[in-house]
Amino acid sequence: MTQVIEAPDIHQAIKQTVGSPFTHKPKISTRNVDVFYDDKQAIFDVSLDIGSHEVIALIGPSGCGKSTYLRCFNRMNDTIQSCRVTGEFRLEEEDIYARGMDPVLLRARIGMVFQKPNPFPKSIYDNVAYGPKLHGLASNRAELDEIVVSSLQKAGLYEEVKDRLNASGTGLSGGQQQRLCIARTIAVSPEVILMDEPASALDPIATATIEELIDELRQNYTIVIVTHSMQQAARVSQRTAYFHLGKLVEVGDTNQIFTNPQHQLTENYITGRFG
Amino acid sequence: MNSTTLLVTLIGLAILAYLYGRKRSLAVAVASGGVRHLHSLPRYYGYMTALWCGLPAMIVLLLWSMLEPAVLNQQLIASLPVDVQNLPESQLGLYLNDLKLIAGSAEQAQQADQVKIDATVYLQHMQELSAWFKTALVLVLALAGIIWGASRISQHFQARNSVEMVTRIILMLSSGIAVMATIGIVLSVLFEALRFFEAVPVWDFLFGLEWSPQTAMRSDQVGSSGAFGAVPLFLGTMMIAAIAMLIAVPLGLMTAIYLSQFATPQFRNFAKPVLEILAGIPTVVYGFFAALTVAPLIRTMGESLGLAVASESALAAGIVIGVMIIPFISSLSDDVINAVPEAMREGSYALGATRAETVRKVIIPAALPGIVGGVLLAVSRAIGETMIVVMAAGLAAKMTANPLDAVTTVTVQIVTLLTGDQEFDSPKTLAAFALGLMLFVTTLILNVIALYVVRKYREQYE
Amino acid sequence: MSNKMSHHRSNIEQVRHSLKKRHRQEKRFILLGKLSVLTGFLFLAFLLTDIGIKAWPAFQQHWIQLDVTFDAQILDVEAPADEAALKKGNYRGVLKKSLYAMFPDVSARRDKKALFKLISSGAEYQVRDILLADPRKLGTTQQIWVLADDDVERFLKEPALRESQQSDRRIKDNQVAWLDQLSGQGRIESQWNWAFLTSGDSREPEQAGIAGALRGTMLTILVTLAMSFPLGLAAAVYLEEFAPQNRWTDLIEINVNNLAAVPSIVFGLLGLAVFISFFGVPRSAPLVGGMVLTLMTLPTIIIASRASLKSVPPSIRDAALALGASKVQTVFQHVVPLAMPGILTGTIIGMAQALGETAPLLMIGMVAFIVDIPQGITDSATVLPVQIYLWADSPERAFMAKTSAAIIVLLLFLVTMNLLAVVLRKRFERKW
Repeated sequence: MTQVIEAPDIHQAIKQTVGSPFTHKPKISTRNVDVFYDDKQAIFDVSLDIGSHEVIALIGPSGCGKSTYLRCFNRMNDTIQSCRVTGEFRLEEEDIYARGMDPVLLRARIGMVFQKPNPFPKSIYDNVAYGPKLHGLASNRAELDEIVVSSLQKAGLYEEVKDRLNASGTGLSGGQQQRLCIARTIAVSPEVILMDEPASALDPIATATIEELIDELRQNYTIVIVTHSMQQAARVSQRTAYFHLGKLVEVGDTNQIFTNPQHQLTENYITGRFG
Repeated sequence: MNSTTLLVTLIGLAILAYLYGRKRSLAVAVASGGVRHLHSLPRYYGYMTALWCGLPAMIVLLLWSMLEPAVLNQQLIASLPVDVQNLPESQLGLYLNDLKLIAGSAEQAQQADQVKIDATVYLQHMQELSAWFKTALVLVLALAGIIWGASRISQHFQARNSVEMVTRIILMLSSGIAVMATIGIVLSVLFEALRFFEAVPVWDFLFGLEWSPQTAMRSDQVGSSGAFGAVPLFLGTMMIAAIAMLIAVPLGLMTAIYLSQFATPQFRNFAKPVLEILAGIPTVVYGFFAALTVAPLIRTMGESLGLAVASESALAAGIVIGVMIIPFISSLSDDVINAVPEAMREGSYALGATRAETVRKVIIPAALPGIVGGVLLAVSRAIGETMIVVMAAGLAAKMTANPLDAVTTVTVQIVTLLTGDQEFDSPKTLAAFALGLMLFVTTLILNVIALYVVRKYREQYE
Repeated sequence: MSNKMSHHRSNIEQVRHSLKKRHRQEKRFILLGKLSVLTGFLFLAFLLTDIGIKAWPAFQQHWIQLDVTFDAQILDVEAPADEAALKKGNYRGVLKKSLYAMFPDVSARRDKKALFKLISSGAEYQVRDILLADPRKLGTTQQIWVLADDDVERFLKEPALRESQQSDRRIKDNQVAWLDQLSGQGRIESQWNWAFLTSGDSREPEQAGIAGALRGTMLTILVTLAMSFPLGLAAAVYLEEFAPQNRWTDLIEINVNNLAAVPSIVFGLLGLAVFISFFGVPRSAPLVGGMVLTLMTLPTIIIASRASLKSVPPSIRDAALALGASKVQTVFQHVVPLAMPGILTGTIIGMAQALGETAPLLMIGMVAFIVDIPQGITDSATVLPVQIYLWADSPERAFMAKTSAAIIVLLLFLVTMNLLAVVLRKRFERKW
């Protein structure tokens, strides 16, 4: 389906982002972002602000570049040799791609949850304690215990696993594993959490739990979520950005995007013409 | 005809049979209205005829060649005078060897006594007879096969199916060769080892502290003197293997980690094949290098530090074996490290771990079972390594914990006991098989555990 | 809210605090990795240079020119002599005479002996062959280049020896003077040592060559190839294409994997006990060597062939079967040809392994000192790696160079075979 739309006139059609991509005092601001894999361009001139303590959903057909864009925030693309990022990323006032910016420090501040739950083959406790131990966030065992317990509580997993913290993290169910990964991320106390389709590998009940969790986490964290499901975007986010073929087509309040999309492409997507 | 000529003749006959069978089937085809009225293509009738011609004859030829020496020997012994027949087995063997020498050269025959000459004449007569029968039987079988095969050619005969059936059977038998080899190894070392344990108690062998088989060489004193306590050999083997692993495991593992996680692809593509060269160099070359370069080097260095170093120190052999095993460990580790899912690494990076922390705290623990399996295989290699220790380690069985001392190993002793002119049945040669049994059993256990662990590990991430 | 903010702040500070140390650790870790790789490189470079330097002298040979008079009286033959008589002639005497004539001052018995020691003990056969080739030379005087002795050889190749104490070298001062005189007359010459590749083994290092070992290696590898390729291919085809999933197949698989890891010396024991003692295959011969090496290389070939067969996509099989080909036809007309590059690569790698193998061949008696070049697969023979082992054990220093030179020849063979395998893989590799 996407093949059909990939015609020059479509690129013409997405000349400028509809809606306002900018916010007052953004947590993260991005300007004129281009991303290349070797010679192939994946993201075209995207500018977008992420507001403090909001959940913003990035939606769009598969292959539209939303995951690529998301992975630029915590420089996960550094690990891919062929990937090149230009443009401006700022976390509050700091340049994310500045020479002096240490990706290790950056990732301690911007956490990430992946599409497929990826707990380490360690115990539940060690999974959550991994980050705090790395960064030296706990000065003794008691503090570490406290961080682990509170992280598990915040991730809504504690009640289910409190009796078997030493059991392997890989032995949990898919939904539990994903919440464990969220707990693991929270344990480092990041300011922003990136979520790359966090519920796409889960069943509906587990998905609902994760969605509730995201809503609670909004109190303390800024959350950027990539999702394939429009319903999920509508349920969890305050703002929504629609990507198409590497371009940011439209951004606005979630309500407005889903009830009254301004751009023809957004409307086509929302109404299910392509996906 | 000798076996080689016979084999060539047989192949020639089989080709003729193929051509004949094909021609016959074509004739049948013409009679019945064209090739498409035949059940199979003409060449399958050719194949079938060739198989009938060659296969039974080949089997007979093979069996005959295998059994002939044993049967002839028996006949020959039976023809000898009684006093010769009653000689002990080892002397009888020498006697028979003499006869074969006499049969081979006229010079030897001039010096032999009448009994031996008679026996030789008898032997030659029997050999000629056997060759004649063999030739006749094989040729008759081959010709009969052609006739029988050709007679079965008809319009509805399922030649292709028959040929394919034979093909499948041959394939299946070929795959059994691996099992046959294992059985062969087990039987050969087991039988000889059991004979050794008749002369030397198992307990003395396994737990004896002294090894000096060279003193047991009085032919009338079979196994009654000389010490066959293998503990010094086991300790020596273990020491050299331990030195090798101390070199190979850290270096091999770090090489694999560096190349797979940190190096640029260009450097990796260059470094991997270069290091593979280390694995491709024959062990005899390493042995030469260990004995003539590394050992003197270590000795000089040791002496400059005021240490007494044996010229055949365990250290030299161990180091060289270790370096030889580096690529083995690094390529096995590389495989298991790459089998750790990318998602693990990403998860760790996303929490703000450095690359080194990710390797140390996530990848290595996750890959550990596979790495352990690889290390076990490497230990098995180090234990079984022969040429390096034969050339660079000592012969004297000494119990020592000093790596600068000379020690000997199981493989060194096997080679020493079996090279040179020894009688096959002396306890010395039998001891080599007992050592071989120990070696085989040890490495077998290590290999089976290692292969199992690695397999389980792979399944975990598949 | 502000509490939360300050919590974040303090975290960042803590992380920042630990960063320096962690990055230092990372650098150290990477350095360790680099050092490991470097160690491997350095060892390889050290090994190859060391052997190269040691081998170099073996490719050079020194010859000494003598004026040899084929004096019938000294030779102890009647003037028109037949070949048999000429063969038995006293050529040593002829050589001695010509040397003594060149150095008339040498009279003491000991000195005469030392003088004669300058030339190789094989020189008399060399001189004999010249006369045998042309009996009309009987009675004439010929200028003949003969091989120098290995001690002379070494003295001429290592200039440092000249400076050393007389007691530290095998060539004494009087011999040095004679050699200087000879070279002053232009009677000493150094030549590229082709004989190393064309002559058989010898107790005298200056005459020893690898032709016998090369022929033995060739015969042994041919036997190995002729047996292991069809057997390995057949076994792989059966296991991959025909075998049902059952215990028997599992057993075979475990056996193949395990055989690949059995120490090679154990295969030697098998060869000795089963092939030689039980079936009476002739000892020390390429036939039994090839049989043992076949069992050793089979696992390599089977594993590589199976991987190659597995990579042929099932759609090819389906296509052939759908056209009415039988299973056997499908496998042999489509699958095996497509998998052939991989199978051949595996076979070449297996042969390279077999080429370098030594230990099992020691067990089956291929370690004997054999001067004659073997003619068939049942003649006594030795192979290149075993020749290397034998020479490495010899006390004469000149054999060290010979050993190194033989190693270089062996490595060249291995490099060629591996390059062939790489080229084959690159050229015919198919991505499905």
